[in-house]
Amino acid sequence: MNTEVVSINSMALPAGNSAGVNQLRQPVASRAAAHEANSPKIDTGSAKPNSGQRAGKLLNGAFSTVMPPVLGLLLLVVVWAFVAQTTEYLPSPAKTWLSALEIFGDPFYDRGLNDKGIGWQLWASLKRVFEGFGLAALIGIPLGFMVGRFDALQRMMNPVISLLRPVSPLAWLPIGLAVFKAADPSAIFVIFITSIWPMVINTSLGVASVPQDYLNVARVLKLSEWKVFTKILLPASLPYVVTGIKLALGIAWLVIVAAEMLTGGVGIGFWIWDEWNNLNMAHIIVAIFVVGTVGLILEQSMAWVANRFDYRKN
Amino acid sequence: MKPYVAVDHVDVIFDTKNGPFQALANVSASIAKGEFVSIIGHSGCGKSTVLNLIAGLLDPTTGCVLLEDREIKGPGPERAVVFQNHSLLPWLTVFGNVYLAVERVFGVNETKPALAERTDKAIEMVGLSHARDKRPNEISGGMKQRVGIARALAMEPKVLLMDEPFGALDALTRAHLQDELMRITGDLGSTVLMVTHDVDEAVLLSDRIIMMTNGPAATVGEILDVKLPRPRNRLVLAEDARYVHLRGEVLRFLYEKHMHPAVSVARVACNGTRYSPGTPATPQDSAALHPAQ
Repeated sequence: MNTEVVSINSMALPAGNSAGVNQLRQPVASRAAAHEANSPKIDTGSAKPNSGQRAGKLLNGAFSTVMPPVLGLLLLVVVWAFVAQTTEYLPSPAKTWLSALEIFGDPFYDRGLNDKGIGWQLWASLKRVFEGFGLAALIGIPLGFMVGRFDALQRMMNPVISLLRPVSPLAWLPIGLAVFKAADPSAIFVIFITSIWPMVINTSLGVASVPQDYLNVARVLKLSEWKVFTKILLPASLPYVVTGIKLALGIAWLVIVAAEMLTGGVGIGFWIWDEWNNLNMAHIIVAIFVVGTVGLILEQSMAWVANRFDYRKN
Repeated sequence: MKPYVAVDHVDVIFDTKNGPFQALANVSASIAKGEFVSIIGHSGCGKSTVLNLIAGLLDPTTGCVLLEDREIKGPGPERAVVFQNHSLLPWLTVFGNVYLAVERVFGVNETKPALAERTDKAIEMVGLSHARDKRPNEISGGMKQRVGIARALAMEPKVLLMDEPFGALDALTRAHLQDELMRITGDLGSTVLMVTHDVDEAVLLSDRIIMMTNGPAATVGEILDVKLPRPRNRLVLAEDARYVHLRGEVLRFLYEKHMHPAVSVARVACNGTRYSPGTPATPQDSAALHPAQ
């Protein structure tokens, strides 16, 4: 569980946001240039005479974009194949591939409570994550707004947050089991309690770091508290809030596997544990790739949302 | 002349980590209705503090600040502020930024189309109709500052407060905006208080210039009447003897009498008193702090 604790600790930093604030002060032109640099290097082919050369350049560009990641993944497979040679329990990449084909050949089979396809397992885990995470967002974001806006509340909540935030997620599981007397709500509770902090912290940080200039505008105009919230606090802190959501979702997905290993039932975490009991290592490795891929997709879609809601980028 | 805005024997003391810091000491000043007054002084002399007092963003430690004989308590839209860094909300368009202010001031009595019309009129006044739907990061620094001015003027304030409005702009843009500001405030008969450190800007735009001594415990050093006829033209004035003389007066104040902040502090400390015009002379005040007076 150590890696998880580390990642939770590091979340207090508004990842990427301090850089974002600096970006605000950059001249428009350079920002536009940066934007262009970030967008995919695929040219839609404006009417240029030397199309042959252009096509070559395009191919070259695509090659240099695709090649490094492919090489990296290839390296991973090579190292894996090498390690697999030295021990009989670790399946080779080829064997794992066959196993994966078999698993994904019928992802949604259902042969009773303890034998379901990987699709169902994933679905169960995602459902738990979104329930716990949604609940955390529902409570954490408004709480963050209040903590950021009212200094007294900030001072009141600070020790509570500092005390509870570094607690390893699984330490909460017995509490959940004792209170809810059932496995499923306990797992959701663990997700809730671990993913609420980045949202509270980032939201309050976002609200607290709204530039004084904007608040002065609100003061001179004597805007109502509601207008201050909708016209200034919310848009100004939205990038922070979305960063908090992104971190929380990442943590939730990290924690669910461990929580499910302990609570059992349907879910990718328990499935891994089950396959360990069956000594089916190939399935475990497939599950690891599945968990990684889903995490990547969650992360990327949140990054997309974050960009969408960042006033500095549109 | 009856004062419209009055700053009356104001001290401002900030609580800092290193104990109390006296920013302003015994500052008295007044602005008549329709008058354009500038405050000039070295940086850190508390020019902006005076403006913030009138804006209501800051309360005086002692003394009081009045608008139309009523004490100023907190900020309000009848005292519009043009901030140095424009302070436009980056997620709103030019129209949205101005509309926010217009809606706040006139929203109770007017319909939405009327509010939009007011907004468009203000944007047109500063010549930005073409950029109406752009966001602040899509327009130049000079244009942003115009939006700030449009936002302030659209509120039809009793006093327009400007805190180094053109400080961050290049010389040409600044000159252009100064001319426009002169035209607009002249047309509207606005009462303006502008903080600046630009001598030419102060002389060109103002009816009076309040010159501040160096801080800490800054106060009003001298007040200069600028009796140049309006409308003013910077090219004509550049060779006008009166203009050159006034400009020289301000420069002399800033660079001869108040060049070294440290000296000024030492004097205040030694004598334990400050000079300020418009206050009845106390025995200590007659100490020869300002022989020129």
